[in-house]
Amino acid sequence: MASELSYYHQAVLLLAALITLTSFLMLGQSRLLRLVGVFAVQGLLLSASTALVAQAQGFPHLYVSALLSLVLKGLLIPVMLYRLVMRMDLHREMDTVSHPARVMIGGASLVVFSYYVCLPIVKLSPLVTLNTISVSLAVVLLGMLLMITRRHAVAQVVGFMAIENGLFFAAVVSTMGMPMVVELGIAFDVLVASVIFGVFFFQIRSSIDSLDVDRLSKLSEVEE
Amino acid sequence: MIAVYLILLVPLVGIVFLALQKNNDKSRRFNVIFNAATLVCSVWLAIEVLLRGPLLSSGKQLYIDSFNVYLVVLTAFVGFTTALFSGAYMEHEREVGRINLKKLRFYYAGYQSFMFTMFLVLTTNNMGILWVAMEGATLATVLLVSLYRTPEAVEAAWKYFILCGVGIAQALFGTILLYFAAEQAVEINASDALLWTTLFDRATALNPGVMSIAFVFLLIGYGTKMGLVPLHNWLPDAHSEGPTPMSAILSGLLLNDALYAVVRSKMLADHSLGTALPGFLMMGFGLLSFLVAALLLHHQKDIKRLFSYSSIEHMGLMTFAFGIGSPWSTFAALFHMTTHSLTKSAIFVTVGHASQLAGTQRMDKIRGLINTQPTIGWGLLIGTLAIAGFPPFGVFASEFLILVATMHDYPWLTPLLLIGVGVAFAGLFRHLQPMVFGVIPEGQQTIVANLTPVMIHLGLVLWLGLSIPSFLGNWFDQATKLIAGSMPL
Repeated sequence: MASELSYYHQAVLLLAALITLTSFLMLGQSRLLRLVGVFAVQGLLLSASTALVAQAQGFPHLYVSALLSLVLKGLLIPVMLYRLVMRMDLHREMDTVSHPARVMIGGASLVVFSYYVCLPIVKLSPLVTLNTISVSLAVVLLGMLLMITRRHAVAQVVGFMAIENGLFFAAVVSTMGMPMVVELGIAFDVLVASVIFGVFFFQIRSSIDSLDVDRLSKLSEVEE
Repeated sequence: MIAVYLILLVPLVGIVFLALQKNNDKSRRFNVIFNAATLVCSVWLAIEVLLRGPLLSSGKQLYIDSFNVYLVVLTAFVGFTTALFSGAYMEHEREVGRINLKKLRFYYAGYQSFMFTMFLVLTTNNMGILWVAMEGATLATVLLVSLYRTPEAVEAAWKYFILCGVGIAQALFGTILLYFAAEQAVEINASDALLWTTLFDRATALNPGVMSIAFVFLLIGYGTKMGLVPLHNWLPDAHSEGPTPMSAILSGLLLNDALYAVVRSKMLADHSLGTALPGFLMMGFGLLSFLVAALLLHHQKDIKRLFSYSSIEHMGLMTFAFGIGSPWSTFAALFHMTTHSLTKSAIFVTVGHASQLAGTQRMDKIRGLINTQPTIGWGLLIGTLAIAGFPPFGVFASEFLILVATMHDYPWLTPLLLIGVGVAFAGLFRHLQPMVFGVIPEGQQTIVANLTPVMIHLGLVLWLGLSIPSFLGNWFDQATKLIAGSMPL
């Protein structure tokens, strides 16, 4: 079956697999700097797959999206996070995953679940690449899992941005990108969000003297 | 059509102007002026729609019909009255040293950005832009929630940002699926595929399988923003830790707009699926939120948290009513959106004054308001009576309509609603009674309070409870016809 696929399809599927792989790498990575590094790699893969779709399917406007994700997800946000980590002297800090095996199994079952959810969509058309929409949903869910399992604010932000990556990938593979206005709007939102996250790191640190968000626990419905 | 552009343009100019304005007195005045200008434009727009019917801008990107036009007017109105209140309130906060001039400048620019995103949510015809504006509303308000920089405020803002951000990401996935469904349908042009008007016209051509998945994601996404249980965790924190004018517009406006987005999505899903699935989902989530929030009212300690839970309760009720989907219940829900938004923003304004008076937001420290400063005490009392659904206020009328509609379609659910209303009433009044009538703590001083907005809002709610003006009734009828397919009468 695989040999009947064109090189384009094989390449798209390969990139989808690599993007999922980076998501899993992030799940298991406890050093903050490497986490940011893996995130940057995911951004680059995303940009590469967008450019590939643009080239193969002949959608010139996708080149713009590819460029956007290259600059934003591949360079700007990782560099910003890297500099913040260095400036706040966090590069030695570990954010250990408490039960790595369970988290990985959880991640794997999320992937299976995504395939199940997207079944009615994939059945719609004979296009093989439509399978990748389940991959993109999996990346979104894995990003959420990353946010749940981590306690460090930087790791949570990486999870948040990974969710955005998953959504972007979904748009590229299922609908050849969103209309340009929307695409620009989303990019603007992501940019503003990343700046605000930076502001927050400083606010959180000055209020609880750490970036361990588990210690943000003053507001709760549970009686003391 | 010019009115629509002006409504979007005025707040945009406001952002730039207020961000650059260094003179505090001037920014305070201009914040009110900008909001007054948008209010005038929105009334102008309303008259235009009333006379000429739905408007579609030349690029098809903006669309005004009877459903969103009244929300535009409501948003502009509450924005304006809250701006009136926020001037004096923020000045007091500055005097007691909770914020400085630089933060105040940031606050005013943030206020206008929030108004801009709200109007964009309401007027856009593009489901993608709707999402962008909704996320923009979070971004505009998140740093305002943490304005006081207390550990609680920072925590509330972080929670708000993360939970709403992740939640609304689901809505983007839903939007992508919507676009996908539209592209699959052959008769839809790719360039129009995200325009609500196009999607609505061709809804039957959209694939039901994809649409049902898309709707679930859209409901969860915008539902997070609306504070539906179990996605409500951020809401009481964000609404209670920020400056009070923020609480008033978050509770009064943002929740309505999120509900608006859900209803727009439901209209598409209803036409495409032809089943009651979207309605049932909304009824379930709505009822759960209504009951859980009513119970949680009982063990609140912070006055602003109390009324935030009351907002969740009312949003739950509206979601439930839209979920039923009959003309009656839709009419009631639209009406309830108006009355709740007016009453809740009035209450937050009073609450802001009450907590400035007592110097705390803890309810066990707020005592004897009616004796210290009768206007605040009465304002809080009447506001709470109104929100708890006492006649003759408008909330009573809309809640009664919802009950009647439920009795007609799902009689076995009425007891639940009645119990919920009763529990919520008890939850509000057990806290309210000592705050208004209790023994005055020593040294409590009166403060400068501007209760004009409260009186205007409560007066309007009272008026709506006694009779619905014909133009408003006409809008509600038109909107009901649009959403539910036929007129209520």
